[in-house]
Amino acid sequence: MAHDDHDHDHGDGHGDSHGHGHGHGHAHDHDAGPDPMTKRVQALEALLVEKGYVDPAAVEALIETYETKIGPRNGARVVAKAWADPDYRKRLLADATGAIADLGFGGRQGEHMVAVENAKGLHNLVVCTLCSCYPWPVLGVPPTWYKSAPYRSRAVLDPRGVLKDFGVDLPEDTEFRVWDSTAEIRYLVIPERPGGTEGWSEEQLADLVTRDSMIGTALAKSPRDLPAQETAQEPAQESAS
Amino acid sequence: MNGAHDLGGMQGFGPVSPDPVSPDPVSPDPVAPDAAAPNAAGRDGEAALFKAEWERRVFGLTLAMGATGCWNIDESRHARENQDPGAYLAKSYYQIWLHGLERLLVQAGLCSEEEIAQGRSLQPPAVVPRVLKAEQVAATLAKGGPSARPTGEAAAFSIGQRVVAKVMTPRGHTRLPRYLRGRPGRILLHHGAHVFPDTNADGAGELPQHLYTVAFDATDIWGAQACPGSIQADCFESYLEAVPSRETAG
Repeated sequence: MAHDDHDHDHGDGHGDSHGHGHGHGHAHDHDAGPDPMTKRVQALEALLVEKGYVDPAAVEALIETYETKIGPRNGARVVAKAWADPDYRKRLLADATGAIADLGFGGRQGEHMVAVENAKGLHNLVVCTLCSCYPWPVLGVPPTWYKSAPYRSRAVLDPRGVLKDFGVDLPEDTEFRVWDSTAEIRYLVIPERPGGTEGWSEEQLADLVTRDSMIGTALAKSPRDLPAQETAQEPAQESAS
Repeated sequence: MNGAHDLGGMQGFGPVSPDPVSPDPVSPDPVAPDAAAPNAAGRDGEAALFKAEWERRVFGLTLAMGATGCWNIDESRHARENQDPGAYLAKSYYQIWLHGLERLLVQAGLCSEEEIAQGRSLQPPAVVPRVLKAEQVAATLAKGGPSARPTGEAAAFSIGQRVVAKVMTPRGHTRLPRYLRGRPGRILLHHGAHVFPDTNADGAGELPQHLYTVAFDATDIWGAQACPGSIQADCFESYLEAVPSRETAG
């Protein structure tokens, strides 16, 4: 445990020449050129490349993977299939890792998955109070708010209040199940299937499944929330949700 | 350690800010992902994953250095949380990652403080077990790093059993949050044995233990103010004690 506990954060926010402010990365325009965080990270990358520890092309490939390839549309496909296919839903609830792998998703930060299902009067919410654990293969990299102190502190204490911050007000008698991801198990919420979607294909259903609905800070979209052209000729558009 | 990272139940941070509809005006360099990509961030009102190019690079560098095998994920988490609480709370998320990465590089002997400050090499590189190449990225991510390990030990607890999270104050890394210590719960799921983070984070080895999801009644943690419901957390076997049977009767 011989870590240095004092802080060496050269340039955190205010730049080397301004000492040790605990900034938030705001550029203050004292210096020409890149802001201090940019300079500091560029310097670190240059050092790691010079040392031969990282391949810049691999760094870019890692970033691009999570910007464009691995994201919440994966999870939406899992949920849509669970809504449309009762056997798959059963399998997902019994062995989420295996069921998710059936659709081709798995690996880093999703090695051990558990799916939890919302129902009338029961709402699930996922958090990591200690850091930012999140099911990457199905949801991608977590949003900023998921990693923030307000969410991590309050999701376990006041899930109803947190949902209100997202504009979701659930009935008073709703039971909340909050899942604090304290080990390597990762949780995926299966939101309730909206009404007015009878007979929809998995592809259509997936459009109703948002990232936040799979974390538990939102409900799935209703058919009325979809852009008009997608449902213009569907009777479902007028159904109650 | 009882650090600032252990946030469950703290008050005063204010409301959660869901994704902003418009880009953060503070960020000089918002990063726009490729909107045509199948999983492009930005659909459904989602914000871009990174607020600036330096955040993208910190993310990529942290993953690439993780792939060298010079440290494990538990050491990595501990390097981020093991800092002055005020400094932790003042940092943005990727500033915390950068702090952790720099500490790990120094601890592992891969770079010196001086080299990090100057951004150039002043001594020969260390030998790292592996350097990730671009063409290996997809397979490496798909493989992941499962934490399940076989163990010869029988599980001490069974589904439905009443337990109490131990009162403990370890100086090093632990994954038992403060808000659960001393609270009664019930075994909900058993996940087999997994790498024990508390020892794996300080070089003492993986020492796998049985892992359980434990359900805690919200009122047992927060009292009468609690939202009706429960909090589930994943607890390693040594975090838990059995409740003597005479107490389960009540």
